[in-house]
This record gives sequence, structure tokens and C-alpha cells, in this order.
Amino acid sequence: MSRYLIQGGRVIDPANNIDDTLDVLIENGKIEAVGKHLAADAEVIDASGMIVAPGLVDMHVHLRDPGRTDEETVETGLRAAAKGGFTSIACMPNTDPVTDSASVVEYIQRQAKDAGFGNVFPIGAITHGLAGERLSEMGELIQAGAVGFSDDGKCVMNSQLMRRALEYTRMWGKPVISHAEDELLARNGQINEGYWSTVLGLKGIPSAAEEVIIARDIILAELTGGKLHIAHLSTAGSLDLVKRAKEHGVNVTCEVTPHHLILTDENLQGYDTNFKVNPPLRTAADIEALRKGLKDGIIDAIASDHAPHARHEKEMEFDYAPFGMIGLETTLGLILTELVDGGVLSLGGAIAKMSAGPSRILGIPKGSLGIGGDADLIVIDTNAILEVSANKFESKSINSPYVGRTLKGVVKDVFTAGEPVIKDKVFVDSYGEKRFSRVVL
Amino acid sequence: MGLKHKDLVSINQLTSDEITLILDMAESFREVSERPIKKVPTLRGRTVITLFFEPSTRTRISFELAAKRLSADTVNISKSTSAVVKGESIKDTAQTIQAMAADLVVIRHAASGSAALLAKYMQCSVVNAGDGAHEHPTQALLDLFTIRQAFGTLNGVKVAVVGDILHSRVAGSNILALKKMGAEVTVVGPPTLIPKGVESLGVKVSHDLDTVLPEVDVLYLLRIQLERQGEPLFPSLREYATLFGLNKKRLQAAKPDLIVMHPGPINRGVEIASEVADMPQSVITTQVTNGVAVRMAVLYLLLGGAGSDE
Repeated sequence: MSRYLIQGGRVIDPANNIDDTLDVLIENGKIEAVGKHLAADAEVIDASGMIVAPGLVDMHVHLRDPGRTDEETVETGLRAAAKGGFTSIACMPNTDPVTDSASVVEYIQRQAKDAGFGNVFPIGAITHGLAGERLSEMGELIQAGAVGFSDDGKCVMNSQLMRRALEYTRMWGKPVISHAEDELLARNGQINEGYWSTVLGLKGIPSAAEEVIIARDIILAELTGGKLHIAHLSTAGSLDLVKRAKEHGVNVTCEVTPHHLILTDENLQGYDTNFKVNPPLRTAADIEALRKGLKDGIIDAIASDHAPHARHEKEMEFDYAPFGMIGLETTLGLILTELVDGGVLSLGGAIAKMSAGPSRILGIPKGSLGIGGDADLIVIDTNAILEVSANKFESKSINSPYVGRTLKGVVKDVFTAGEPVIKDKVFVDSYGEKRFSRVVL
Repeated sequence: MGLKHKDLVSINQLTSDEITLILDMAESFREVSERPIKKVPTLRGRTVITLFFEPSTRTRISFELAAKRLSADTVNISKSTSAVVKGESIKDTAQTIQAMAADLVVIRHAASGSAALLAKYMQCSVVNAGDGAHEHPTQALLDLFTIRQAFGTLNGVKVAVVGDILHSRVAGSNILALKKMGAEVTVVGPPTLIPKGVESLGVKVSHDLDTVLPEVDVLYLLRIQLERQGEPLFPSLREYATLFGLNKKRLQAAKPDLIVMHPGPINRGVEIASEVADMPQSVITTQVTNGVAVRMAVLYLLLGGAGSDE
């Protein structure tokens, strides 16, 4: 087991209220010490002028494995995550087969362990086969390692079933993650309902499709005392609902994606299917509200909703192309460029929403540089420029609307469980070094 | 003189001068269809392919006749005869047609944006003959031609478009084109058929045909369907006819020189009473006649008149 001393960086560790120029010593996979002028017999990583942060946590990722390994595998997903600064990701259960049994959870974990770039925390299905008819065996899923439940991609339309899910999971305090989309209000919808859906002749999805379900789920969380998390919140109205629920003491948290903080439905003008995403890109007024919600602390986490899709499936007529965009490799850069430089979040605030925030929601021991904790850590060069290019993605898919953009902030080093995954912007396995795979679960 | 565009996908691409150019050009082509020998050699040696992924009679025939009367070679591909039934994507279809050196492709497709998508993958010209609920630009151009014919101008003409504005590509293109040419547009229908934000396009919205009718010069009726994708948007066709259907009694309140238009096919007894469809105010068949001339102008101008040996 090696020792590493990450020297002279600005250490930002929101979980422990640290923001100072410090050294970090990691040993045996754990954070050994954080302090001024540490000295140790260790390999030194020069972090002067850089940001040292906990390995980021993305609580909303689609890995397509098992099922669509032509689009992404656990391994390529973890590689993309590492490149984007994420050492822990939670993956959604809409795989094929659906992650509704212990065996699928175990399969994903084995793939992650073999890949060795970072940690995967599977989310189990709320309902068997995502069919919305009966609860999956949640206890068995938790025993296998599931950290929460969601039918993401589909809404649990049956209110009674959603009530039971929130009620049943109280045994473990695990979150039920709501994909809030009223199926009938959103049916056949392609983009946000508004001026642009009219001009482009595309069926609109009203904000109300999201808001009525969020309102329902908040009421059910209040009824049951269950732990509710709202995935990819996208409208000003949704934010208002969550804000009021929090004020009333309801156990609810929420996440927002970078694209719902940055892009609007105006981007759909050219029918570019890389902008087709669910929930749809909304309006400038929604962006403004979400940014304020982030600033005010109503929004708990930023998550990518990384959704890889095959190129030929995105190159279809708009109505027939699937929803979703990849995001693992652009989230950090987008947040630094648009929100930190844009004055919405402090650097520490931004890192908190991508580390301590999601870790707290999922109840996982990640997103912190606390002494004795797992040494998942990243070094960010905030002055380096990332040129988003289709042929540079680590992800197997390239469905990103940001291709061609330049973003500020590149991940220089990544450590997972105390071992380097990326050193000086290069994956260590490309040096022929042994790839470490002691993934802590 | 031609159009500087490769494609005609949306009315938005055109300036008012370009629209006037097309209409003026159509004026001179209209006469060709009145000759005993309805053909000019203008596009001889050019290949026009009509790609109809959705059923259509008048638009497909209109484009085909327009191309033939300009002496272009035409090939028709419909969904059932294309490789699409074998699962070929629009991109691959485009590349296949491209490889056979077509000069212009006319596309009708159920998905909005599909004409733009095809145009992206093709070097040759693409004309949108209706894409989903988005646009149908040549329909709007032939409608402008018909209105100009009746009133001598488009500027200041008051037009009411009645019916399913939400799902109508005809309304989509007509609103843009009429506004561009200085006409005043009111859209009329139940709130469930009026799309969000349509006022931002500079049109007025009304839910009462009887207050709008006496004010307008043109009553443009759209085809009504009870269900769209399995979703009923109003209670019944009977109630629609009661509230928004044009009948003889209603027509009495209209200006004497009102013209009644419809893109076809009409539902007699729903949006238009049978006897009204056959009254002199109705210019529905004139629209069809003008359609050929306008499409000749569009084909001619997009292909730049090149290859002509006039």
C-alpha cells in the first residue's frame, strides 16, 4: 500500500468546513492527515495553485449495463466519471434486466470492482420490472447493496404504490427517488410546452406534469414520514413546492442537473436531438428560479443524469429519438464555468452540491475528506480549459449538446480509495501501471 | 434569378421580398397549366423525387404535376414502397437518394423537424411538403397567392384561421407567412386547440367565431379531427360544428367579399357545411389550382433555373 502526500493545494472540504491551503496525507486507502506542512515518506503530488476536493459524487447516472453495453458499460461509465472528477456514482435501475433483484445489484458491483476507477452505488427499482404494479424486494436489494429506490425514467403513477414505497423504506431510512412526471399530462411530449413547442410543432410537456407529481409525493411523504428525494427538478413551480415542504418539515430533498441550470428550450430551434432530454429544457425564468434555489440551499445536490444513447438512435426524427444527454465529463466544468464564475455559487458551495450533498441524501460515507475516511480525492486545475470534443469522451456515447464548447476546470488527479486513477490528467492504466481495484462498498 | 437557399423547410427562411418573388413567378407559371400542352422545358434533365412518408393526395400530385410541367423527371416514393418499412433510417434514406444524384427532394413526414433533418443529410435541395405539426410552407405560399389574387394585396388583409391550430402545420406556416406580408391574423378555436404562446407570433386569439367573422376578409378553416394520438381535445364533432362550423346562417354576418379557404380535405358538415363549401365565396378548388403554379415557382427558383435551355 502506497502513501501519497497532496501538497500545497487549496483544500475545499465542505463536509468538514475546511477551505484553506493544506496538505493531505493518504495512506492505506484512508485519509491519514489534513494539515499545514505535513511531512511524510510518501509520493508527493504537487497541488499548488490547484483545488483539492473530496472525490465528487454523482447521484444520478445511467450506466446501461446490463442491457445496452453498446451505449455504456459500468467500466466506461466509471472512466467517464473519473475524468469528470466523480469517484462515486449512483446508477439508475432502468437497465435490462431491470435492477430489481439482488443478482443485478451484485452484477453491477462486480463490474465496478473489476473496473476499479471508482465506486458504484446501485439504485434499486421501486416496482418490479419498473412496471408500476408491485414493490420490488426492497429488503433484498438493500442487503445486496442498493442505496435507494427509483423507477427513474418512469413515474410511479399509482399513488397507493408510491405511498407504500415511502412507508416501507422507513425501515431502513433509504430514499425513494421520484421521477416526477404525470404520464397523461406528458404523453407524447417532446419538449417544454410553450412558445418553442408551438413554433417547432413539437408536442409540449407542461411544467404541471412535473409539479402535480411533486405535490402528490410531498403529501405522501408527509403522510408516511418516508424519505423523499426529487430527481432532476426542472421548474420554478417545483422548486416552490419543495421550498414550502421543507419549511413544513417534510423529509424531502431534491437535485438539479447542469442542463436545467444552463440551457433553455430555445436551444431546440434546430431540432438537435442532443438537446432532447426529460424533463425537458425549460425557460429562462425557470433557470433563474433554480439558480436562486441552489444559492438559497433549497436544492441539495447537482447530478448529471448522465444518459448515454447510441449515435444512430439520436440521429433520428426528433419525435423518435430517445431522451437524454451524457454529462459525467462536463458537469464539473459547466458548474465551474457557468455557476461559480457566474457568481451563483461559491467554489465551496459548488463542491458541496456534488459531494457532501448527495452523500447525505444517499447515506453513503463519501464526499468528505474526514480523517480515517476513504481516500477518494481529486485535484482540480481550475484555470485549465476543457474543450468538449466528440472524439475525446471516455463515455461510449457522444450525445452531448456541449460539443464545441470550452469549459474552465480540468481534473488533474483522481484518487479512489487512496490509489491514483488519474495522474496529471492521464489515466494511470495508460502508463501500464497496475490498476487498483479496492472498491469500498 | 433564383432563391439563395438550398432548401425550403420553413417560411421563416424567406424574406417578404422572396415571398413576393415566388408569388410573381407563380403568376407567370399559372398560365402554363391553362395551355393545351401543359409543359415548358425549364427543368429538363433535372430529377425531382417526392418522398411521402405520410398519406397525401393533393400535395403529392400537385408537386408531381409541377415538376412534370417543368419537364423534370419525377420519381415517387411512398412509405409503403420505401425501405423505411424495412427499418431504414431517414439518414440512410437520404444518403441512398443522394447517391443516385437527385436534384431536389420533396418530403412529407409525420415528425416535426424531419424536413430539416433530411436537408442536413443531403447536398441537393429539400422542399418541406409538411412535417408533423411544424410547417407546410408551399401550402402557405399557395394560400397567399390565392388571397392576393382575390384582394390584389396581402397588406392589411384580415384573416381568421379557425380550428385545430395546435396540430396544424398549415396554420404554422400561414401565420408566419401572413404576418410577414402585413396581414392581420386572428386564430379561432376552443382553448384546447390553441397552442401556448401563439400570441407571441403576433396573432390575436378568439374563442368566438361569431364576433370575428364580420370583421374579416378571409376565413381560413382547418380540417378537424376529434382525436389526436388517442386524446380527445373537445367533446364531439357535433359540438365543434355548433360552435365553430361555418354554415349558411353564420355566413350571413360576413362581409360581402369574404373568401372561404380550406387546405383540404374538407369534412363536410363539421368545419364547413356542405352547401357553404360549394358557394361562390369558397375558393377551395382555386387554392388547388394555384398550388401547382406556386410549386412550379418554388421548384424553378430553388433549382435556380439552371439547366434551362429556354
